[in-house]
Amino acid sequence: MNLVATGMAAAVAIGLVTALVAVVIRPRAAVVGAGTALTGAAAVVAGAAATGGGSFSVVLPGVLPLSGVSLTLDPLGGLFVAVTGGVAAAAGIYAMSYMDTPDLRARGVQVALPVFVVAMVLVPAAASAGTLLVCWELMALASLVLVVAEHRRGPQVASAGRWYAVMTHLGFVSVLIGLMVFVAHAPDDSFTALREAGRNLSPSAAGIVFTLTLAGFASKAGIVPLHAWLPRAHPEAPSHVSALMSAAMVNLGVYGVVRVGVDLLGGGAVWWWLLVLALGAVSAVYGILQAAMSSDLKRLLGQSTTENMGLVLVGVGAAGLFASSGDQALAALALTAALLHVVGHAAFKTLLFLAAGSVLHATGSRDLDALGGLRPVMPVTTAAFGLGALAASALPPGTAFVSEWLLLQALIHGLPAGGVAAAIAMPVAVAAVALTAGLAVATFVKAFGVGFLAKPRSAAAAGAHESPFTMLVGMTVAAAVCVVLALWPGAILPAVQAAAGGAAVSGDVTLRLSRATGALSPLLLTLALVAGFVVVAGAFAGRRARREARLWDCGGGPMSARMEYTATSFAEPLQRVFDDVVQPELDVDVSHHQESRYLVQAVEYRRKVPDRIEKRLYRPVLALITAWGRAGRGLAPGSVHRYLGYGFYAVCGVLILLAVTR
Amino acid sequence: MLSLWRKIRRTGRVAEPAPPSPERLERAAVLGGSVQIRHVDAGSCNGCEVEIASAFGPVHDGERYGARLVASPRHADALLVTGVVTRNMAEPLRRTFDAVPSPKLVVAVGDCARDCGVFAGAYGVAGAVRDVVPVDLEIPGCPPRPEAIVEGLRKLTGR
Amino acid sequence: MSALGIVGGVVQPVLIVAGSPLLVGLMRQVRARLEGRAGAGILQPWRDLRKLSRKERIEPRGTSDVFRFAPLVLVATTLVVAVVVPFVTTESAVDPVADLFAVVALLALGAVALALAGLDTGTAFGGMGASREMTILALVEPTLLVAIFALSVRVGSTNLGAIVSSTLHDPARVISPASLLAAVALVVVIVAETGRIPVDNPSTHLELTMVHEAMVLEYAGPDLALVELAAAMRLSVFLGLLANLFAPWGIATTATPPAVLIGVLALVVKVGVLGGLLAAAEVFVAKLRLFRVPELLAGSFLLALLAVAASFFLA
Repeated sequence: MNLVATGMAAAVAIGLVTALVAVVIRPRAAVVGAGTALTGAAAVVAGAAATGGGSFSVVLPGVLPLSGVSLTLDPLGGLFVAVTGGVAAAAGIYAMSYMDTPDLRARGVQVALPVFVVAMVLVPAAASAGTLLVCWELMALASLVLVVAEHRRGPQVASAGRWYAVMTHLGFVSVLIGLMVFVAHAPDDSFTALREAGRNLSPSAAGIVFTLTLAGFASKAGIVPLHAWLPRAHPEAPSHVSALMSAAMVNLGVYGVVRVGVDLLGGGAVWWWLLVLALGAVSAVYGILQAAMSSDLKRLLGQSTTENMGLVLVGVGAAGLFASSGDQALAALALTAALLHVVGHAAFKTLLFLAAGSVLHATGSRDLDALGGLRPVMPVTTAAFGLGALAASALPPGTAFVSEWLLLQALIHGLPAGGVAAAIAMPVAVAAVALTAGLAVATFVKAFGVGFLAKPRSAAAAGAHESPFTMLVGMTVAAAVCVVLALWPGAILPAVQAAAGGAAVSGDVTLRLSRATGALSPLLLTLALVAGFVVVAGAFAGRRARREARLWDCGGGPMSARMEYTATSFAEPLQRVFDDVVQPELDVDVSHHQESRYLVQAVEYRRKVPDRIEKRLYRPVLALITAWGRAGRGLAPGSVHRYLGYGFYAVCGVLILLAVTR
Repeated sequence: MLSLWRKIRRTGRVAEPAPPSPERLERAAVLGGSVQIRHVDAGSCNGCEVEIASAFGPVHDGERYGARLVASPRHADALLVTGVVTRNMAEPLRRTFDAVPSPKLVVAVGDCARDCGVFAGAYGVAGAVRDVVPVDLEIPGCPPRPEAIVEGLRKLTGR
Repeated sequence: MSALGIVGGVVQPVLIVAGSPLLVGLMRQVRARLEGRAGAGILQPWRDLRKLSRKERIEPRGTSDVFRFAPLVLVATTLVVAVVVPFVTTESAVDPVADLFAVVALLALGAVALALAGLDTGTAFGGMGASREMTILALVEPTLLVAIFALSVRVGSTNLGAIVSSTLHDPARVISPASLLAAVALVVVIVAETGRIPVDNPSTHLELTMVHEAMVLEYAGPDLALVELAAAMRLSVFLGLLANLFAPWGIATTATPPAVLIGVLALVVKVGVLGGLLAAAEVFVAKLRLFRVPELLAGSFLLALLAVAASFFLA
């Protein structure tokens, strides 16, 4: 048995044993957390070995009826297995103490966690349509249980669960139909057979397969307009689950698109990839715009997931576009950028969600308007979130900076290469990526600056405390990965390039594009920054002691926390700028003194930024379904006589039908 | 835009030639020809304010000697205090003084700031500026002429 | 790392640090003269910095390391940019950092550090300044990147050295429609990024109209000196970038002393002229209302997109 097989076997075995233990003896949270972390670690080993050239393949015909289970791990799948494993390792360690609450100690929840991780590890390893669909559904169900784990907290959790259940199953149905159409053109449902069949598929059939699977996979990745579940379910789930969903599960949507579109269907028409690119660009801008307006910490992170998956799809779309115009090197560059962004996003989103969970654990609040002043009491969490925010805002020296740099390089070099379609798509994509980058900076300055710095804005924030040890370890693991990815992306570049199926970037410390002149060295950049910092600090800062003084309050004061800028007020200028796009609902109540209407007693300001796409797209559909249900209700008044009558008429009808047709 | 340009051409330089430089205040030597000023109205009738504005206008151009008005006492080296110190402004004045990083100077502008002027003994008056914060320079007048204010500032900048 | 690159890496930061306060002094002097005043002389910013560095250091109660380190980060980012961008010599001391995207991101990082410091004070004005600065940054970034896109498409690289060399060898490119449109877009962006009129008024005393000043209201003494130096350096760096992207002539291509001297003089003249023009233009316009600024920036974004379109269809 090679390393890949050992790793996979270990991951699945440890995960299932942990779940079994959870069923039988209902152990402490630490055991389940540790089991999950070990599952993740084994998956990292397997995935890394697979991207390094190892391979493994197993067919278990007896496990499931009809198609059996067949698993294979190639470099592409290996990358996603490793990413999932990494997220699970950090989240598992974190969960060892985070899960120590009555809601999360429930048996079902404890069982679902390792099962969820195992399912996510198996999805990229599936080597047949049947296996993929089974693992996909298992993953959806396990995560659904986890999303509603804290349902006692309020009705919004159940609502989030409902949204998630419906959307994920509609997505599943879409993937199911798409793959079934595909399988109908092949001798059996194994990926080898499908790959063979994909070459001979008619363009219209291939188009149908691609569109249907894309819809399903995109809904899992939270791509606009199928994103409605994401900003609901991700914040309401327990934080380690949010991390798993937002950093690992959504990636599998991208995996699906790449696997089916690039691998099984072998490229395809230009319009496919223009569609992917457009969906990605819209998602990136819309996601980050919603995040910029959001004042709920975890919701903001969820919306930023939509943004990042959008950026990844821009890369995937560009790769497909270049491949269909025959430029394989550029396609590899774009796909490398996209996959590197997947890895980087997984690292920093894990870190951010774990840090947000730590805040939630300490203060019981996710509302940025009620947070602040956490830095002195939660130094580790603050540092962790700060690092994650730097990574997420695509600034150097951060994780996302490298991948976005590669993405922009691919787009720039694609303009002369790709013909008229590229000439229109590339500038728009660059504009979308650029707008996203700018808004991401504003968003994460808001999240970090308002949420962690300054003075506490509520009693809960003032009474915060640092989290237990294992939670800090979980965050530290994620933070360490973030730092390595930011400073030395060359470390995982071979793995990513193996998955992308082409070497477009070379170098270790300095990344050099093989096809064009262009180089970037995040390590040198960081060293230069540090050197600059030291020089300036040495030359100018001096060693004179500081005098502590009261804040400048214009001589009045004292200034209370109510005078601070909140997340809502921070986002107000942006909200005005994008007024036409986000269409916020404002509500200003001015109450006057009884004696005189010229004396204002209180001003109440409420702002809600509804999801406009959701309002326009989902509301009519939901209204239609409700109307349909209401119409149907007339048929079912609850009278047994009426139901017996229905039965009688139905039998008569069938008999008449038989009599006529025979 | 063109008319503005013509106006600029026509007007030319309106700043008056600089009178001979007064002797520099010893405490201000460390500032080395750059004095940032935060103006505090401690209870003035706004007569002095008009003259201060004029002292920084094009004709007298206080800025050419290295003095500049700033928006925060943290950025300032000197406080330019006008008016008697009213009870409501005594504490804010002290806090403003405290907010300025040392070395710092206080300039009392106008008769009210020096010795309460016509408001001496009024019920809302806490005292002259020197009763509240240490004063380094006093500029007399009710209101002082802009030339006097500029001369006072030049004693700080030494230019 | 070539000899030319090392010369540039040493000369440029010294020149930028020493010269940028003089640039600010020059711009104030131009403005003073146009207003009929005498002006404080171009050395005044240096006197201000000298004095500030001798003053007491103040730590406002409740602020953290973010507040303390932000000025250092701000200067450090600008210093790195001053080292790597080809201002005086065509080759860069640290070539893998001399990328347009990296430079833009570094300058944004400095702005972010200062915005976080503004939020860290917990004052209303600090938050207000940070919010406005980030709004402007979020709108400037797209224009900047798209303009870069337009400039680098014709060269096929975003490496600054490559762009500058290519313009040197093929001067006709500068007057192409794509270049001109991108130049106009970049000017607007630079005005916004460096906080000049009509986007922000660097000499305002009215807190409610402030953007950059509002964030730094709490800084005093040496910290303030760093912030002011960094602001001046950012202005010089942006103007120098503009000058060398569109008119790199005079830049040193060999490491001989005369060539380097000419490179230094050329940069000083170019940046000085641009600064003087900017200061003169400021006299003629009023500051825009904050919520009209996005319209200006959207206009520049459109120009940048047109530049990209022109670079493809008119090439």
